[in-house]
Amino acid sequence: MLETSHLQCVRGNRTIFRDVSFAVRPGDCFRLTGPNGSGKTSLLRMLCGLLTPACGSIQWRGTAIQRLGEEYLSEISYLGHRPGIKDELTALENLRVSCGLSGIELSHRAAASALERLGLSGRMNLPARFLSEGERRRAAIARLVVGRSTLWLLDEVMTSLDREAVDSIQLMIEDHLSDGGMAIVATHQDLKLSGSFQRIELAA
Amino acid sequence: MSKPSHMVMLRWLLWREFTLAWRRKSDVMAMLAFFVIVASVFPLGMDPDSRLLRTIAPGVVWVSALLASILGVGRLFGSDYTDGTLEQMLVTPQPLLLIVSGKILAQWLMTGIPLVVISPLLAMQFGLPAGGTRMLVVSLIAGIPILNLIGAIGASLTLGVRGGGAIVALIVLPLCVPVLVFGAGGNASLIGAVLALTLVFAPWAAASALRIAVE
Amino acid sequence: MGNWYKYASPINLYPLASRMIPWFAIPAAILLAAGVYVGLFVAPTDFQQGDVYRVLFIHVPAAWMGMMLYVLMAIYAAIGWAWNARASSMMASSLSITGALFTFLSLITGALWGKPTWGTWWVWDARTTSTLILLFLYIGFISLQSAIDDPRRADRAGAVLALVGVINVPIIYFSVQWWNTLHQGATIRIASATTTMAPTMLVAWMIMLAACWLYSVAVVLSRLCCIIADRESLEVAR
Repeated sequence: MLETSHLQCVRGNRTIFRDVSFAVRPGDCFRLTGPNGSGKTSLLRMLCGLLTPACGSIQWRGTAIQRLGEEYLSEISYLGHRPGIKDELTALENLRVSCGLSGIELSHRAAASALERLGLSGRMNLPARFLSEGERRRAAIARLVVGRSTLWLLDEVMTSLDREAVDSIQLMIEDHLSDGGMAIVATHQDLKLSGSFQRIELAA
Repeated sequence: MSKPSHMVMLRWLLWREFTLAWRRKSDVMAMLAFFVIVASVFPLGMDPDSRLLRTIAPGVVWVSALLASILGVGRLFGSDYTDGTLEQMLVTPQPLLLIVSGKILAQWLMTGIPLVVISPLLAMQFGLPAGGTRMLVVSLIAGIPILNLIGAIGASLTLGVRGGGAIVALIVLPLCVPVLVFGAGGNASLIGAVLALTLVFAPWAAASALRIAVE
Repeated sequence: MGNWYKYASPINLYPLASRMIPWFAIPAAILLAAGVYVGLFVAPTDFQQGDVYRVLFIHVPAAWMGMMLYVLMAIYAAIGWAWNARASSMMASSLSITGALFTFLSLITGALWGKPTWGTWWVWDARTTSTLILLFLYIGFISLQSAIDDPRRADRAGAVLALVGVINVPIIYFSVQWWNTLHQGATIRIASATTTMAPTMLVAWMIMLAACWLYSVAVVLSRLCCIIADRESLEVAR
């Protein structure tokens, strides 16, 4: 469903990676590895349309993502390096605003139950600046629970999370994959999923 | 869960902007205080002859509004850029143009309208008669949105760039000369023409600059 | 025609550009010398303004160059952005400095002309003020590009700013004219700077304008080579 061919990334004067090609089908999970600076974040940002590749193409269901525009973006969820949480809003408000900015009205109840799934039941009504780094990250991950996107693009989402949280995220990813979803996960840590997953290794 | 809708997005966007500004009032307050202080400082730098003050009043109020708007421009995209919410906005299936326009609208409602409301007080400080004050207020109502729109272009071009407020001012001030000239000169229809033109171009330019900045 | 596309790559452009420089620099020097000679010695003393008007032989071409180079800069920047052509963006950056210098030169020479003619170094008339704002537009562009570290982001951001500026320039000019007529009483009416133009004066202006263009091409190309060498250094090193 998602196909990339011969992607090349150039930042400043350096070529970060070249000739990256892979295909992602429903139920696939890709683990993106590579040393720091090898372009994992850049590759994920290319898949979101934030970064234009120097050459190569990215196709969703056979059409270039630049051509699809919003149609493609409505099917993906991207969690970047920074959680994307406003400090002045509560976790609950952050989640509802996040959906709202995608044009989807999320009820108070639905948002609360999503945050409970991520273990934030007691903390969801505090301004986010009072939450720990791990809690902020979990509040951001709640977006995945509430959204109905097919492709998850996750960039180092497991940092600052404890063992328990990491396990529940992995369970979430497994559920998503068995529902026919796809995920590309950039992570330094080990990914333990019940099914198999493929690897994209970016050399430095 | 419903189908994505532009109206829902705009509603949540405005709610978000107002709530964030309310919970961090100091940003907006500082800008308004700056407006008052700058305008009030002018007479201290010269002979406060009442006739002279009356003549320079529209110009002084307009320049102060211009400088205050430039000062306040950083809050449009600055904090969203640092905490990652801006790139989330670029990845939503909503048109970026609409999001940017919504943000500028919120900026105008929160900062522009207070400036207009305060301006008669400043006009009074300068001894401007009622007719002159009315013209000044009308020109500000029509003109401050232009300052917000052009300011948005400056803000989006300089996201995350060192150089601080000075660089935004360097970019935005020359572009604001027409609205300053027409505003202080009190010609509402010319301001209206510039506003129409700016409404067409500025959100597009700001959205393009955001994509460039986030790359 | 297909062969020209290779010059869109800065690496290929560099040798061509550096070879072209002397072809423009030498004629520029010759024409400059000719223009100065005609302007200083051949053109007659003006009936009204004496010999001071000769400064206009630099002032007027410099002002025109300032305006024309801004438009050219915006065009190159837009092409560089729309077609992702690095060489085009580098041309825009190179043009910006020359354009700014010409604009600054026109302001200085304008003041040199103004002092003996009107009695003041600076007059807030429409043309001078518009030129000053053009200088600020250049400064904004140059500052923006130098403040952004990533060269491609600097190119594209500069393109947006240059396009916004180019659209604004007629509006700014019109607004300054309007402002000037509004405050008519305060400004000095400028009598036509050229009363009856002797043919030699026209010749001197044309020569100086041509010299300015040739000089611009030479200097912009040479700066372009520096920019290419600087930004492509890593590629060249490979």
